[in-house]
Amino acid sequence: MGSSEVATELYVLLSAVLFIMGAMGVLLRRNAILVFMSVELMLNAANLALVAFARQWASGAGHLMVFFVMTVAAAEVAVGLALIVAIFRTKKSIDIDNLHMFKG
Amino acid sequence: MDNFFDLVPLVVLIPLAGMLVNLFTGRQLGERGVGIVAVGASGMSFVIAVLLWIAQVNTGYKAAVIDMPILADWIVIPSANVTIPWAFRVDSLSVTMMLVVTGVGTLIHLYAVGYMHGDERFPRFFVYMNMFLVFMLILVTGNNFLMMFVGWEGVGLCSYLLIGFWFDKPGGAGWRNSDAARKAFIVNRVGDFGLILGVLITFWTFGTLDYYREGEVPIVPHAAAEEEVPLFAPALPAEDAGHAVAGPLGVFNQAELWLEEGGHKVDFGMVSLSFETTLTLITLLFLLGATGKSAQIPLFVWLPDAMAGPTPVSALIHAATMVTAGVYMMVRANVFYHAAEFSSFVVAVIGATTALVAGFIAVGQWDIKRVLAYSTVSQLGFMVAAVGVGAYAAAMFHLVTHACFKALLFLASGSVIHGMEHGHHHATHDHSGHHDDGFDPQDMRFMGGLKERMPVTYWTYLFGTLALAGIIPFAGFWSKDEILLDSLKAGVDKGLLSGYIGFVLLLTAAAFTAFYMWRQVSLVFLGKPRHAAAAHAEESSRVMTWPLIVLAALSLLIGFINVPSGFPILGWLLGEHQFTSFLEHSVPYAHAGTFSFLLATFAVLLALGAIYLARSVYNDRVLAVLREDPLAVNTRMQRAFALANAKLYWDEFYFKYLIYPYRNAAYWLAEQLDWRFWHDYAHERLLRDPFNAATRALTWRVDKQIIDRSFDGLGHAARRAASRLRRIQTGYVHIYAMSVLFGALLVMVLILLPLIRDWLGL
Repeated sequence: MGSSEVATELYVLLSAVLFIMGAMGVLLRRNAILVFMSVELMLNAANLALVAFARQWASGAGHLMVFFVMTVAAAEVAVGLALIVAIFRTKKSIDIDNLHMFKG
Repeated sequence: MDNFFDLVPLVVLIPLAGMLVNLFTGRQLGERGVGIVAVGASGMSFVIAVLLWIAQVNTGYKAAVIDMPILADWIVIPSANVTIPWAFRVDSLSVTMMLVVTGVGTLIHLYAVGYMHGDERFPRFFVYMNMFLVFMLILVTGNNFLMMFVGWEGVGLCSYLLIGFWFDKPGGAGWRNSDAARKAFIVNRVGDFGLILGVLITFWTFGTLDYYREGEVPIVPHAAAEEEVPLFAPALPAEDAGHAVAGPLGVFNQAELWLEEGGHKVDFGMVSLSFETTLTLITLLFLLGATGKSAQIPLFVWLPDAMAGPTPVSALIHAATMVTAGVYMMVRANVFYHAAEFSSFVVAVIGATTALVAGFIAVGQWDIKRVLAYSTVSQLGFMVAAVGVGAYAAAMFHLVTHACFKALLFLASGSVIHGMEHGHHHATHDHSGHHDDGFDPQDMRFMGGLKERMPVTYWTYLFGTLALAGIIPFAGFWSKDEILLDSLKAGVDKGLLSGYIGFVLLLTAAAFTAFYMWRQVSLVFLGKPRHAAAAHAEESSRVMTWPLIVLAALSLLIGFINVPSGFPILGWLLGEHQFTSFLEHSVPYAHAGTFSFLLATFAVLLALGAIYLARSVYNDRVLAVLREDPLAVNTRMQRAFALANAKLYWDEFYFKYLIYPYRNAAYWLAEQLDWRFWHDYAHERLLRDPFNAATRALTWRVDKQIIDRSFDGLGHAARRAASRLRRIQTGYVHIYAMSVLFGALLVMVLILLPLIRDWLGL
């Protein structure tokens, strides 16, 4: 491991910061699209951690995982955005605080 | 000649083979084939019996015990040391019976081929007939009481099957043929119960059922000095005779030894009887068996009804062979009967009473076969009485002669019935519009004058009648005379009361015999036909008349085998008491009959007088105009005739005092014990009610209160828990996301717990 390289800890720290930002976004924002974007942020924080560790351990498994996550995220975006559009069409709003039809 | 004895299983196996062939291929063989097989089997059996007789003569009357191939060890119980072999016994007694059964049997089979011609169940008839021969031969050839019992039951079955052979035809007066068959079977059951008990006690007493073991010679006891001349000297001295054999003795020699020792006791668990008492018990039980099979008082009621069977059956089973099984059995057990004086007394009284009662009833009968049936009962009474007074040889002699002339009489009566049916058929055809007058081909009132129409039948019937009536020189004279003289001598010489009783009753019965037989001859053959059927009757076919002629010859000649000692000329010419000498080798207590000119003359004159009386009562002139019995219109004889005609109300007596009370008791028990007590009380109080109570307790206490409530409680608990838990489903995504986050954090904390612990220094 060369000294010019950035330490893995920094990557993991960045990943943690990004993950916490995403989590806070999911918990605190009311706009469905923003919640959605926060979820993407969490996914990518996880991707960053995976890639960082893959580099640390010189293993291909982390990269492979990242590709899977990106694929799933793409699919999720497609489904999620379609859902949001559909919700907006019926409720004329995407504020998730208004969406509690499944209250038990 | 010795190895002829090994043929004895064939005597049984050949009729068995004939029976099986006819059973499985009878329909294909046709009448001719079935007849050839059945008669052939019977005839070959007769040939074997003759060979066995020759072997007997040539080996000095040595008895042989031959094991059945395959079945030799029939019943073996090693732990109880019980061995009952399936062994045949060839001795003079069994050979005599074999000759009678197969000889008369063959002639009757031959006759039956003609008699049963055209019957729809022709093959079945011959299957039954051959089956009868099988069982009858097992009965007479077995070397132990159990084999005899097998045969005994087997012939009972065949008798049942053959009496009811025409089960689909009415027997008249609301009495079906199948009822007659059932009656015979059930009445015999009573007797068989006595026999099997006797056999069991015999086994208990002696530990074996063999008559004699192989190589054993009957012990002739010293007490046999009652004979004037010792007629039989055994090959071994009497004392050594039994001891020469290894192992336990057969029942008869064992009995002799114990009797000689005296004081032997037989232990029956709770009670201990002296050996003599045990013998009395055994012989009385055997007598009960004999009264069933040999139709004696009190069980004779089945035999007259057994005439419902086809006539050859009546001749073979119910006259010549099966019904004599009881006599054979008692003669076989002569050692027992000789020792049991009380039993012998009972036997003599029963036999003589039966002879007289049946002879009396026979006078009042109209059915040609019923007369002969009562005559058979009467003659069997003669034989049984002879056993009772100790005249075993005379009993067997009368058995042999009776088999010939009674078979002849039955077959001839069958020929008459055949002729009458033919005549009736002919008459109704010729005169169309002939109204039914209740014609019965067996009723003697419709007969008369058959002498001209059926000469062969008439002459043979006459021979049979004279033999039965005891007219010299016919067979019946010799045997009946021997019985009469023996019973008189038992009374005079030995001072036995039974001898006097037997003599008086039997002499009276002999007079009745001559009377009812001549009444029958007069009604059937003499005079003018009293009905169109009799006028058109025709002689039977040759296959039926030939056996009649042979039997008629036998009825004339068979008596000469046992000419009594002291008979002028003939005794010197033919040898005296040949048959008795033959029989003595297996019947230790047989003794030769002597001859009393006075008694013989008296008996013959008595019979001739009875014949003359019968002829004067039933003369042609009276019979031509009278449709009733001359005795029935005679003011003095009226009541006696009515009594005889009604069979002394014997059946009615049984119905009134035995059968109806028994039935009422059965009904009462069925009503009270079975329905009231068992069904109503026991089932409802003892079973149903406790069951109901138990189920009620289980329902309310266990099912409703424990099981149902526990499941209800579970349901309520689940519902209550659910109604609480549903509140956390708020519908707000944030809350869900929070819980996911907290859950993830919790998992992380759990995973990292060791690290945290290290970090905190715990």
